Amino acid sequence: MSYDTILAEYPLPPSVKEEIKEELEKIKVKKSVAKKIVDYCYKAYLSNLLEPGEAVGIVAAQSIGEPGTQMTMRTFHYAGVAELNVTLGLPRLIEILDVRKNPSTPMMTIRLLSEYAKEREKAREVANRIEATYLKDVAEIEVDLKETIITIKPDFEALRRKDLSIGELRDKIEKIIKKNAELIEINGKFIVKVSKESYKLLMDVFEELRELVVMGIKEIRRVIIRKEGEEYVLYTEGSSLKKVMKIKGVDFTRTITNDIYEIYEVLGIEAARAAIIKEAIETLEEQGLEVDVRHIMLVADVMTADGELRQIGRHGVAGEKQSILARAAFEMTVNNLLDAALKGEVDNLKGITENIIIGQPIKLGTGDVELIAKLGVRR
Amino acid sequence: MYPKKISTIKFEVLSPQEIRRMSVAKLNNPETYDDDGFPVESGLMDTRLGVIDPGLKCKTCGGKAGECPGHFGHIELAAPVVHVGYAKIIARLLSGTCRECGRILLKDERRDKFIREIERLKALGQSYEEVLKEVFRLTKAAKKCPHCGAEQIEIKFEKPTSFYEILDPEKKEEQKLTPKDVRERLEKIINEDLLPFGLDPKAVRAEWFVLTVLPVPPVTVRPSIILETGQRSEDDLTHKLVDIIRINQRFIENRDAGAPQQILEDLWELLQYHVTTYLDNEVSGIPPARHRSGRPLKTLAQRLKGKDGRFRGSLSGKRVNFSARTVISPDPCISIGEVGVPEEVAKELSVPIFVTPNNIEVAREFVLRKQSPKASYVIRPDGKRIRVIDTNQEEIAEKLEPGWIVERELMDGDIVLFNRQPSLHRMSIMAHHVRVLPYKTFRLNPAVCPPYNADFDGDEMNLHVPQSLEAQAEAKILMAVQEHILSPRFGGPILGGIHDHITGLYLLTRGEKKFEKEDAMEFLRAVDLSEIPAKDEYMGKEIFSFILPKISIKFKAEICQGCAICKEESCENDAYVIIENGKMLKGTIDEKAVGAFKGIVIDEIMRKFGSSITKKFIDDMTKLAIRVITRLGFTIGIDDEDIPKEAVQQIEETISEAEKRVEELIRAYKEGNLEPMPGRSLEETLELRIMQELGKARDRAGKIAGRYLGMDNSAVIMAVSGARGSMLNLTQMAACIGQQSVRGERITRGYAYTHRTTSHFRSMDLGSKARGFVRSSYKSGLSPIEFFFHAAGGREGLVDTAVRTSQSGYLQRRMINALQDLKVEYDGTVREQTSGVIVQFKYGEDGVDPMKSFRGKAVDVKRIIREIMEVKE
Repeated sequence: MSYDTILAEYPLPPSVKEEIKEELEKIKVKKSVAKKIVDYCYKAYLSNLLEPGEAVGIVAAQSIGEPGTQMTMRTFHYAGVAELNVTLGLPRLIEILDVRKNPSTPMMTIRLLSEYAKEREKAREVANRIEATYLKDVAEIEVDLKETIITIKPDFEALRRKDLSIGELRDKIEKIIKKNAELIEINGKFIVKVSKESYKLLMDVFEELRELVVMGIKEIRRVIIRKEGEEYVLYTEGSSLKKVMKIKGVDFTRTITNDIYEIYEVLGIEAARAAIIKEAIETLEEQGLEVDVRHIMLVADVMTADGELRQIGRHGVAGEKQSILARAAFEMTVNNLLDAALKGEVDNLKGITENIIIGQPIKLGTGDVELIAKLGVRR
Repeated sequence: MYPKKISTIKFEVLSPQEIRRMSVAKLNNPETYDDDGFPVESGLMDTRLGVIDPGLKCKTCGGKAGECPGHFGHIELAAPVVHVGYAKIIARLLSGTCRECGRILLKDERRDKFIREIERLKALGQSYEEVLKEVFRLTKAAKKCPHCGAEQIEIKFEKPTSFYEILDPEKKEEQKLTPKDVRERLEKIINEDLLPFGLDPKAVRAEWFVLTVLPVPPVTVRPSIILETGQRSEDDLTHKLVDIIRINQRFIENRDAGAPQQILEDLWELLQYHVTTYLDNEVSGIPPARHRSGRPLKTLAQRLKGKDGRFRGSLSGKRVNFSARTVISPDPCISIGEVGVPEEVAKELSVPIFVTPNNIEVAREFVLRKQSPKASYVIRPDGKRIRVIDTNQEEIAEKLEPGWIVERELMDGDIVLFNRQPSLHRMSIMAHHVRVLPYKTFRLNPAVCPPYNADFDGDEMNLHVPQSLEAQAEAKILMAVQEHILSPRFGGPILGGIHDHITGLYLLTRGEKKFEKEDAMEFLRAVDLSEIPAKDEYMGKEIFSFILPKISIKFKAEICQGCAICKEESCENDAYVIIENGKMLKGTIDEKAVGAFKGIVIDEIMRKFGSSITKKFIDDMTKLAIRVITRLGFTIGIDDEDIPKEAVQQIEETISEAEKRVEELIRAYKEGNLEPMPGRSLEETLELRIMQELGKARDRAGKIAGRYLGMDNSAVIMAVSGARGSMLNLTQMAACIGQQSVRGERITRGYAYTHRTTSHFRSMDLGSKARGFVRSSYKSGLSPIEFFFHAAGGREGLVDTAVRTSQSGYLQRRMINALQDLKVEYDGTVREQTSGVIVQFKYGEDGVDPMKSFRGKAVDVKRIIREIMEVKE
């Protein structure tokens, strides 16, 4: 307790305070010594601060870009769960910074409420509710071209495993074919009769039936159950945060996806920022590359600064620059210049590229200092 | 002196009046030069537009070539033509305004709402592209003008520059709108109606998108070059302008002669084509204008665009003087803060001495010197440069007074910037002190290779000499090598020993080695030590301790085997390093201690004693290590990978066993007895199991080979100490190369229809040999089939590198562009400079410099506690 009062006097960041407290409690020193330690820590902290004018953006870009050359191109790799393929390495990093709306390997980590997390059976139950079950998984579908009918033979074993009743199955089928065909039930089999005698219609209905999701979430192709410590965790191939959050048994406060745009849409901009940081760190760490979090944080902050997710590139941060010259120097030179003229835009020449172009000192580091010495005669 | 400053640049569209106003000549002659080689009056090389030939004078300003910046001229177009770059906005305007009254097809209230919305977003500095799209969508859909009630006809825009009115969509009746019609319609649009289209009436009038006058850039912009044959070769722009004038004149002639409408229309089209390609020669939909040789012309847009265009090639990146480039080679005898500069380079590069009463004697001395470094030029206050030669040096020395500038040759101790491309991070350009050396390469200490990512297989590097005192001071204080020992990327050292440095120190410090006095003195000869205790024998660790500053540290070395329970001091491997107060007591120095990127010892010295002591330590360490390794001798040869017969036998057995197990797996798979892994198909399971099996076999073979090679083997020493190579490399040399892969799988592709990789195998053969398992070692040599698979696997690596460099290069360019304007302000916030947006309230949430942080931590609490507790005790 006594250490807290000492720490309270110093405006140190919480993480540092925490660590000092932890270390002090380990060695249990007198108050005076503790004060000295905290004092030294504070001095060290002050001397470790960044200096004003530092080009933090460029340093961050370099710190992430430079190790990029050392990353692998190998797209697929097994991360954590051996059964799932996940995009990693440089392609993944590019995907994160591009804010792709459809990442190449969407994946979710779903944690369950305590009453479901303890037993495998219970977890399986939730998994069933999530994993997309197609009609073809629980029934045999056959087309009879001569009679122009489709026969659906339910696999009762599979139905039981999925905990799906025949009635539910029938409702699902009826819902999808209602306009084009009628459903007849004969001794445990379903016969679908197309309303018009048309080969094309028959095949269309057949296709629809094959792709019919009778249970679960369409986007989630596969669910894998794994035990992690005390609880069972679900890993999915495919992602749909919004739908999964509503599933009974899912602890949505601890459920995440690797689709950053989806997180942005469902949970908002702060969540998106956290997701960018998390995904970028994981990608870099997996490659064994050490990059300070602060750089990644800065990139994430730039991407989310005005409340919207913006990509790093032409259609985002770099393309929406205020300066015409900076935009023209980046990409789409001619279009940017023509557009600027239409809109009567003004370049205030505050940025880096602009001043490089017109040959003036840039406002960074030593160029930012506005002190000018008066060169008088020495007295 | 306050420097002149450009404060803003405004972009607007040139009006015809403006074009005429700034023009000095109306051009209508397609000829350029007459028979005598003089520019033709009213031709494209008219001397009123400026001059490029020496001897001629500009008729407008009287300047000679080089003095006159050039002046614009103009061409009066006989018929208006559409500006390609603005065709899209013309299309929007045409379909968005009434064809009768020219008003926008929106009610006034509606229009004003859009105007307000655009203004609101503009003030916020946000994109209003979406609003413009909405306006376009609404106005296009309007059938009737809300102002005059006229029926609207749908406009069809055909890229690049044609517009049609669709009279009857069913019958496909269309009426072409000539540029003249278009211009007339655009003229009718009132200023207030331009706003919802995103146009600023102060900067632009809609009818200016249709050109009636064409500005002609000065000759200085499009100089002709004289070929060796004495022939004149005109610039691409001149060619294009000649075409335009020619067609323009022809149009006038035909019109005046009363030629049929059809001919005039064709000429009009042709004029449109020439003007279009003059502006942009890569417009889709029309063939690019070509040079006689068939090469597409480089016209205005092409000059600006792309990597070597005006913006990226000439404005953002500039060529410089006072620089040099040559091959680099290593020199372990110079400091890491130095660079060896060839004499020839040093003679060519110069540093200015600004003469003042205080340094006039020094400057005079340089002027009078007969040998390098001597003065090469002096510059008088009136700006005249005088070359210093033997005959005039005394005269100049006499005249020298404050205010003159003496340019002297580069000499020892000068500060220069040294750079190696690709400049991926700030450590790619660092400041070194000059050491003028004989021969023709730049020399650098091998310890600075890692930040530059340089090696000596033919790499070249650039050197720049800062010319102002401010620049020199900044270079010395901010860019010096020792200021970049710690990387801002992760807050650890990126400078450190490589290759032989690590091997040398490993040999020196490993175990309880004793060295004779003579050896020890030889090791330490290059190191600057004030005192060495007199002894007959010195321990290796003791010798290393001589160069160590007073640090205390404990850590596990690279050679640590990773035992379950660390025995620490009593490690039988001598892998637990203990340094107390600058005395090395236990352990072995290897990559983890002094290597680049890892270097715990370097990190510790840096944090405790700062950059100059660390620099000295690295200098001493490299010198010591090189002397140790030279004196002890260290070499590898092909026989280092020789392993005894019984080892070969064992390896053979291991691999055969593995192959047998693979056969079994395949049999199980074919008989359907293979149990699939969860979430995997049978085929995938088989592949994974086989890969596992063969991988294990190779590892086992490697272990056997490793056992027989022993720890005294030079190659093994390098691998375990982290100096170069890995045990995997050794395994592949001595025992077995192992599975070759393409895209992470065994090699499966080959003859497409026969399901086999090469014709040496049966169809559908899944065996190890048939799918690229290389059983041989590099030493024993590969069989032809193995060699083929190895080449296939190796090629993937090459492709991978090629693709990766371009992709990561682009990623970095984008990131730099997005983040370059971020800066930490005096209040600790991070802001974007152009928009003033606050990106972070406190950089990285704690304001700490990642470089000064301890591997990411804001404060190294543990070390502070340790230090304080030490003092207490």
